[in-house]
Amino acid sequence: MAANDIIRIHRVNFYYGAVRALTDISMQFEKNKVTALIGPSGCGKSTLLRLLNRMNDLIDGTRVEGEILFEGRNIYAPQVDPVEIRRKIGMVFQKPNPFPKTIYNNITYGPRLNGVSAADLPGLVEQSLRQAVLWDEVKDILDKSAMNLSGGQQQRLCIARALAMKPDVLLMDEPTSALDPISTAKIEELVEELKRHYTIIIVTHNMQQAARISDQTAFFYLGNLIEYNKTEKIFTKPDVKQTEDYITGRFG
Amino acid sequence: MNRKTKEIFIKYLFLLFALVSIIVLGLIVFSLFREGLPLFSTVAVHDFLFGLEWYPTYDPPSFGIFPLIVGSLIVTAIATLISVPLGVLAAVYISEIAPQRVKEILKSAIELLAGLPSVVLGFFGMVIIAPWLQETFDLPTGLNIINASIILAVMAIPTISSISEDALYAVPREFKEASYALGATKFETIAKVIVPAALSGISTAIMLGMARAIGETMVVLMVAGGAAAIPESLFDSVRPMPASIAAEMGETPFRSAHYQALFATGIVLFLLTLAFNLIADYVSHRFRQTGSATL
Repeated sequence: MAANDIIRIHRVNFYYGAVRALTDISMQFEKNKVTALIGPSGCGKSTLLRLLNRMNDLIDGTRVEGEILFEGRNIYAPQVDPVEIRRKIGMVFQKPNPFPKTIYNNITYGPRLNGVSAADLPGLVEQSLRQAVLWDEVKDILDKSAMNLSGGQQQRLCIARALAMKPDVLLMDEPTSALDPISTAKIEELVEELKRHYTIIIVTHNMQQAARISDQTAFFYLGNLIEYNKTEKIFTKPDVKQTEDYITGRFG
Repeated sequence: MNRKTKEIFIKYLFLLFALVSIIVLGLIVFSLFREGLPLFSTVAVHDFLFGLEWYPTYDPPSFGIFPLIVGSLIVTAIATLISVPLGVLAAVYISEIAPQRVKEILKSAIELLAGLPSVVLGFFGMVIIAPWLQETFDLPTGLNIINASIILAVMAIPTISSISEDALYAVPREFKEASYALGATKFETIAKVIVPAALSGISTAIMLGMARAIGETMVVLMVAGGAAAIPESLFDSVRPMPASIAAEMGETPFRSAHYQALFATGIVLFLLTLAFNLIADYVSHRFRQTGSATL
């Protein structure tokens, strides 16, 4: 089991200034599985997600204690370059955020920075868009602005853009909360498809979504990891009363 | 007065205020043309614009403002070359790189620079830069194109910097996060995402800075040297249009040909500034990326 873990979090505390947002979190994420992080607003699930690719570094006055091991290496060790980490651990945000550039240039932005040769780019664009099930919709308008796409298409473009970096892990921060039900269904199918090749960690407010797409579910409350287990177990007979209350809608 | 009449009253009151400012502006433009246009009954437009000699008090006088136009354009162009890199890069530093504390200090320093009266800057040009230029380059006078351009650049920097900074600041945080999440460094994010997204606002800032430089009077009156001739080097003196108008208007008889010629020069200046504003408007649309930050 342990050999199959791609990320291990060991006794992590996280502070915004003097406020502690995460308390003594230890957990592991399995390779090629979908792990859902659930919990009420402000419980620290998004904060934890952003710790995994060092996005919280961009916020002033934050502090991390403990270790986060990615493939056995502590990503918060002083000699680690966050840029390297972010190239291996991709992220999709809550609000679709394509660049105000063409669809093609949105996809090639990351690979170009990473030194992928110009000759390989068209193939990579097609492959990434196909993986994100967007290719057929945009193959004739690659040179048009990504801003013209619908919200759901924009979000799949953002997924394609993250996939073009060929990451090992894909972090998704409530990727469907700004989308309509049909777009949401498409993204969920996509996640199902993607887990064959990627490890996916997804934050969601939507409990049905967590139940539908994840293999493992972690429930957070007030910065603590309350319960972490197989999704089936969490949603049928959770060990902790708080988890049950949240899942059955008694609070949150 | 019931609520509805009150609403109507307020609506027309504001309309009145809006109209007053437009009407005043319109009347000024009207009088500019009324005083300036009669010149062209005695001097051909072509001779006025492209005439090489400006001897308004000779007998017979010659009213060729080409050297004045060249003077205005050259000091504006060089001032732009100096102020655009400084202003835009300062804005990038303040908006994206500087720590909070430094950011606040720099912002207020630049605002202070914007508040300096132009006559004070003119003093500085006359008393510090001019003697220095004269000695260093062994010139007959330090009041020349370079001196005027430097001072105009100093005046344009706050305009360019603060408007560019607003444009950079308006770039949505989501774009930056997307860029960092794809493994871009800070520099790559600034160069490839933030600046392109703010380009429309930055171009507006540059055009407004240029408009400010070309219309500036006191500085060019004090430090450009005042020679109404086509310059041959950057160390020659020039007489930009506003300097000419300001220097000569007090001494010219009411509605004489010279008086009309100065107003006509004002028309040219007005049209140039108008052109800058229209170009600013055009480029801000031209570079607008859909969904990007604009002002």
